[in-house]
Amino acid sequence: MAQSSLKGLGASGDVIGHRMSRRSLLRGAAVGAGAVTLPALLTACGDGPGGNKNEVTVGSNASDSVPKKAFAAAFAAYEKESGKKVKVNTKDHNDFQENINRYLQGTPDDVFMWFAGYRMQYFAEKGLLTDISDVWQGYSGFSDALKSQSTHAGKQYFVPYYYYPWAVFHRKSFFASKGYQQPKTWDEFIALAKQMSKDGTPVAFCDKDGWPAMGTFDYINMRLNGYDFHKSLMAGEESWTDSKVKKVFDTWRELMPYYQKGALGRTWEEAGQSLQQRKTGMAVFGMPHPGSQFPENERDDIDFFAFPEIDPQYGQDAVEAPIDGFLVARKSKNMAGAKNLLKWLGKPKAEDVYLQYDPNNVAVNTGADTSQYSALQKKSAQLVAGAKQISQFMDRDTRPDFASTVMIQAIQEFIGNPKDVDGLCNKIERQKKTIFSQAVS
Amino acid sequence: MALTSRRAGRRRLRRFTRRDLVVLGVLLGIPVLLDLVIVWGPTLASIGLSFTSWDGLGDIHWVGTDNYKNLFTNYPPFWPAVRHNVLWLLFLGLIATPFGLLLAVLIDRGVRFSRFYQSTIYLPVVLSLAVVGFIAQLILGTDQGVVNTILGHRENPIDWLGDADLNIWMMMIAASWRHTGYVMILYLAGLKSVDPALKEAAAIDGANARQTFFRVVFPTLRPVNVIVGVITVIEALRAFDIVYAVNKGRNGLELLSVLITDNIIGEASRIGFGSAIAVVLLIVSLGFIVTFLVQELRGARDR
Repeated sequence: MAQSSLKGLGASGDVIGHRMSRRSLLRGAAVGAGAVTLPALLTACGDGPGGNKNEVTVGSNASDSVPKKAFAAAFAAYEKESGKKVKVNTKDHNDFQENINRYLQGTPDDVFMWFAGYRMQYFAEKGLLTDISDVWQGYSGFSDALKSQSTHAGKQYFVPYYYYPWAVFHRKSFFASKGYQQPKTWDEFIALAKQMSKDGTPVAFCDKDGWPAMGTFDYINMRLNGYDFHKSLMAGEESWTDSKVKKVFDTWRELMPYYQKGALGRTWEEAGQSLQQRKTGMAVFGMPHPGSQFPENERDDIDFFAFPEIDPQYGQDAVEAPIDGFLVARKSKNMAGAKNLLKWLGKPKAEDVYLQYDPNNVAVNTGADTSQYSALQKKSAQLVAGAKQISQFMDRDTRPDFASTVMIQAIQEFIGNPKDVDGLCNKIERQKKTIFSQAVS
Repeated sequence: MALTSRRAGRRRLRRFTRRDLVVLGVLLGIPVLLDLVIVWGPTLASIGLSFTSWDGLGDIHWVGTDNYKNLFTNYPPFWPAVRHNVLWLLFLGLIATPFGLLLAVLIDRGVRFSRFYQSTIYLPVVLSLAVVGFIAQLILGTDQGVVNTILGHRENPIDWLGDADLNIWMMMIAASWRHTGYVMILYLAGLKSVDPALKEAAAIDGANARQTFFRVVFPTLRPVNVIVGVITVIEALRAFDIVYAVNKGRNGLELLSVLITDNIIGEASRIGFGSAIAVVLLIVSLGFIVTFLVQELRGARDR
């Protein structure tokens, strides 16, 4: 009540003081209401001009300070060389991911950052990306594995920029002081975990965020059943009730007693810090995770070993190494500028500039300068180079709706109650069937 | 007589000139249009979409009641979410709200430092629930939380926010911390407006303090009770930000609002399926709204 009369008075301020008629009050209110709604309508219709052809806009999800600075340096190097302008629009990493659908359908930037593999192919299938096969023809130094991760239906849509491997990370000095040896096989791994647990420094484990534990599932599956099975399981072509899948969970359960307790309430940052504080012995992580939680002068102490072999048939062939890179949206306004930028970003030199500022990743291009690498980067590069197959990560290798609405919950349920594997696999399979029955295109 | 009636008729004809009609039409039209576009449009769209399968990008496929079948039989987080929403409602309604009333009564009686208590207890209300969620994490975190640091069980810490049987209670306590203050202020305002003469009359009639409160004061608070009841139901049904801030509403913290978000937001979203959950939440809300309106209208007629 008070509000509506205020609105009338406020909108027609000149009326106050005169004898106010009902009609003038109404008119005032109408003008007021129009003043409120009109601008909103106008901005909804307006859609600024295409912009400067000398300026390329880049949509960035690199909201953390280290990669943000590193990207800024890379784009500055491009600006200097080409004389063109790069305008970076950085959004929070998770927000960017959650809004990617609307972003690509709305007014995307000319170039945007995204992930390789299934996550890219999904949008390519939807026709939201621009085919950049012509740019790819000028590239050299990308392996076939990289090319296949950038390809959908024979065409390239993605420029790989860097990647980082997943492995078992630990402190070098901690292993030395305790006399621990890096294990090669699953039995040695379990024995080491058991010893660590006995020594009061268990294996670090966290899954509050929902995704960190996926890395362990992926690795056990690839070691036990091979990369091909893992890939088709992720593509929804295998049954989750298959005894092979149940065996993954059963194998995983052997490790459970030696984990830090309370994994579901722990973030990956906290787990990384416990590793740094020597409260835990080792952890399955991606390379940037421990790196970002260790103070700079202790980063040399980080070491890792490849996830141990389970079935000799598959050895340690597969490496989980998510690739990040650049794409061009279908609705890009400055296509020529975008492709010009991509041409530059695919060069080894472009990766060198970036990695100078972000030592937690490894260049994808074989021509990149590795002389500046830290020992850890060198080892990572070797690990990835020696891989027979490269997987991305569960949430990049399968349908995002399946990963986020089924698998996160399922793995958390398994961590909370590792005993009921049959029930769990049945639940996953039933949900998988409904989700994968909805066609992608 | 005839003259006056004719004049009256002419006046009725003249009461709304064209201009009046236009002005009124615009003034009524804008709110009605806004109401249709902002409230009814999305509601009907959700209901429509809940019978389809759509990922937000491609074509929309009609799937009939498949989404609902899936929801009830093949979506493990659904029933826990319903349970948690009901639990949330009961906890706020039966514990937090009465506690807020108790605090209001105590402060109204004039305990010492009542102004101090009043502001301290009301303070959390200015925080958004997401912020309350962050505070809860600082206090209850497994490794670095205040409580576990004090308890010091390094070997086997209590996993306040990760244990699926425990975390929902922690969240409800945190949410109640805020809710109690809100309820207290509302009741305090109500209690201040209760006519002291009523209490005196009751005392003269020989009623003790408890009888005075439950038989005399509480019934006169009826308007406040209605508001508090509505707020409690709304808070319970819209609870979202606090659990989303803590662990994205998974692993024991499932709520209907979270499941809707999970399925609709993000790449490759299941918009039809998410809409079906939204429709369930709508029906639950309508149940409360209809009950409330019926009560209110009946009450108004009785008075």
